Amino acid sequence: MSTTAISPQPVPFGRRVKRFMADRPLIPLIILLVILVVILQVLRPGIVNERWIANTIKFAIPLAILAGCQTMTMLTGGIDLSIGTVATMSAFIMATQIVNQDPAVAFALAMMPAVLIGLVNGIGVGVFRVHPLIMTLGTSLIGTGCLQVYQRTVIASGARIPDFLAWLGTGLTYGIPNALLLFVPLAALIVFTLSRTGFGRLLYAVGDNERATRLSGVQYWQVITALYVISSVLAGITGLLYIGLIKAPSLSLAEPLVLPSVAAAVIGGTSIFGGRGGYTGTIIGALILTVLTTLLTILQMPEGARRILFGLIVLFVTAAYLRIVEER
Amino acid sequence: MTSNPLLDATGVAKNYGAVAALRNASLSVLPGEVHALMGANGAGKSTLVKILTGAIPANAGRILIRGEARDIRSPAAGRRAGLLPVYQEPSLIPDLDVLSNLRLTGTPVEPFRAWVRELGIPDLDIRDTARDIPLAVLRVLDLARALAVEPDVLLLDEMTAALPANLAEKVLEVVRRQGDSGRAVIFISHRFVEISALCDRATVLRDGETVGVVDIVPGVEEKIVELMLGTRIVKTHVAARSAAQKAAPAPARPRLAVRNLRVGTKLNDVSFDLADGEVAGVVALEGQGQDELFAALAGSIRPSGGAIEVDGQPAKFSHPIDAIRAGLAYVPGDRAEALAMQRSVRENIALPFSAALRNWGPIAMRQERAKVVSAIARLQIDTRAQGEVQRLSGGNQQKVTIARWIAADTRTLLCFDPTRGIDVGTKQEIYKLLREVAGHGKSVLFYTSELEEVQRVCDRVIVIFGGRVVDIFAVEEADEPALMRAAYGLPRGAKADIGILADPHSSSAESASSSDSNTPGATP
Repeated sequence: MSTTAISPQPVPFGRRVKRFMADRPLIPLIILLVILVVILQVLRPGIVNERWIANTIKFAIPLAILAGCQTMTMLTGGIDLSIGTVATMSAFIMATQIVNQDPAVAFALAMMPAVLIGLVNGIGVGVFRVHPLIMTLGTSLIGTGCLQVYQRTVIASGARIPDFLAWLGTGLTYGIPNALLLFVPLAALIVFTLSRTGFGRLLYAVGDNERATRLSGVQYWQVITALYVISSVLAGITGLLYIGLIKAPSLSLAEPLVLPSVAAAVIGGTSIFGGRGGYTGTIIGALILTVLTTLLTILQMPEGARRILFGLIVLFVTAAYLRIVEER
Repeated sequence: MTSNPLLDATGVAKNYGAVAALRNASLSVLPGEVHALMGANGAGKSTLVKILTGAIPANAGRILIRGEARDIRSPAAGRRAGLLPVYQEPSLIPDLDVLSNLRLTGTPVEPFRAWVRELGIPDLDIRDTARDIPLAVLRVLDLARALAVEPDVLLLDEMTAALPANLAEKVLEVVRRQGDSGRAVIFISHRFVEISALCDRATVLRDGETVGVVDIVPGVEEKIVELMLGTRIVKTHVAARSAAQKAAPAPARPRLAVRNLRVGTKLNDVSFDLADGEVAGVVALEGQGQDELFAALAGSIRPSGGAIEVDGQPAKFSHPIDAIRAGLAYVPGDRAEALAMQRSVRENIALPFSAALRNWGPIAMRQERAKVVSAIARLQIDTRAQGEVQRLSGGNQQKVTIARWIAADTRTLLCFDPTRGIDVGTKQEIYKLLREVAGHGKSVLFYTSELEEVQRVCDRVIVIFGGRVVDIFAVEEADEPALMRAAYGLPRGAKADIGILADPHSSSAESASSSDSNTPGATP
């Protein structure tokens, strides 16, 4: 395998392109994104304008942050299905508590279930070795149940969307979505964490070979607990952003984002088996999914056909991308 | 000797890629005999057994059963041909009860029950789930299941290894009688005492070839050791070490002291010291407790008794991080165990740096780079394919596992067979590196399955057999015959006198008496 890198004879063009793409996995993703936008423009000339771009970005951001949670957990070979519930809980609690409470108190109350669920997930997966799929599914169901109980207690007081969150979620400054104020630093932080911190290194290493990390002195439960708490807190923040965007608190607010967030991470090149991937790809994956949704919406198909097509495209894109990037 | 062999295999060869596991092995088993199959680690015993029973196909060779050429392509075909193995690992499916396990292989129940009683287990309930049955009993059940179908040739791989004395005795008795009834048994064991009590003849393998078939008579141990070692019988002299290679003067207090260490049933009462500036070798046959010893020292498993002292302080390790903090780092022989294969050389070497919670923050990239680069230079790792460790050659991967701890400046390396399966050049570099490490006042515990490495690397050798330290040699005395004898649990008495090995006849009486008198570790 290592000899191919030094063989001097000319390589066919196809292979050269393939190797180029394999070395820079972002390129094919960006090309795919551009192709989708072009198709959209051809089908509906004039749709791609400043407003459309701002709108797409606004809807892609919550998905991209949740997909960040998936990326990090998937790097360790895990998955976090509770992020939808966590985001919904923080959004719902924020919207109902802000009516009677100081914003800081409401924020603290909104983030509490996020930290708690993250902690339980982390301990379950890291200490008791429950499979992440089951663990996070379980806490997700429990969280939904708690939210339903909670809803009865606040039914009289009503709900309100804080102005700040509405500004952050939907507002534009000079045509640029305000949500980017939150997202850009957050994304930079995640990318930096994954590539330049000890914790990020450990996520990759644990997902690649847990035994090896143990022999190097890594304590698995610490890494996993920290990871699921971080994932949950990010999901909680996404919930607050999302309620500012959707402006209608409900008990299943962010649930529909959970599986697309997994898809965005996978399309972005993160391996569900762990050890491989990164956040920049995930961001583009989230953009691709958002553009794809718009594309399918304007095709004016029946809902069923649209979903079938969506599923097929996701499968096709993932398979094609893996074929391009993997050199095996 | 006049009857035709039940099983006659000749010219059996098996290659794994470029590596020849078997080159020219032959084995001929007569009706009514118990035949020992012997050889040092990696000589090809298990490969031959797997080929005979149809678990893997051979690349070449001819196998005759009762004089007919048979092509055994699967374990089921092996069964039909009358060849039945009992492997070291229990083969009953854990979640089924014994009866269902019997049905799975079509084993008749009544003969099975009779054999189980015969083998010394009167009260077995065949409705018990296999998972709930103790390991020793499971092995006996495996044997009974094999006996119940009355195979012509029974292959027993280390049959008595996990058995308490009373069961082992019954098993040996039954095996013996199996021979009397005209069938044959192929018996693989590391225990000379069992072999001399049980077997009629022995076939000795070395480097994938059959190098001799001997009758088991008193004193034949020497002959067998000689065959297993081959021509390297002349006492090799230790090359004088240059001043730089010499061990640093040992301080009064040992770096590492192991006292009466016990791990389950595998390791009993092991004590030794390791000094600063020393490379101490560990020599043992497969499965004599060395894995447990290293795992306990590395903090991977907790010992069930005894003490480990580091720099005179008692140490209790509950996680490898504890051992690493005490300056003990484990380098496993299996590279897949130590490396994150999809990550870069740099990340793999730097892995221990990030392990502790306080080092989870931003990485000082320049500092890290300097440490990694100097470790890479020191081990001369070929970094052309450093993006992913899995693209490196095996030797370079092994170097990465060691480089990690060189970069971390670890005081004591626990190297478990670090040269397994790598090329000669890289081996030399690793030997040199370990000597250098010791020259800098650090210490190395070095298990090796290749006896010739001992003289190249070690200052002292600890020999383990049956979970006990049976001998500790200074390197000057540790020539291969002496080590091989000790590793098989034979007493040291004749070790200085190479003449015995060169001329087995003159010594037969003496060594027979010495092997009859209790060999250490021979009684399970």
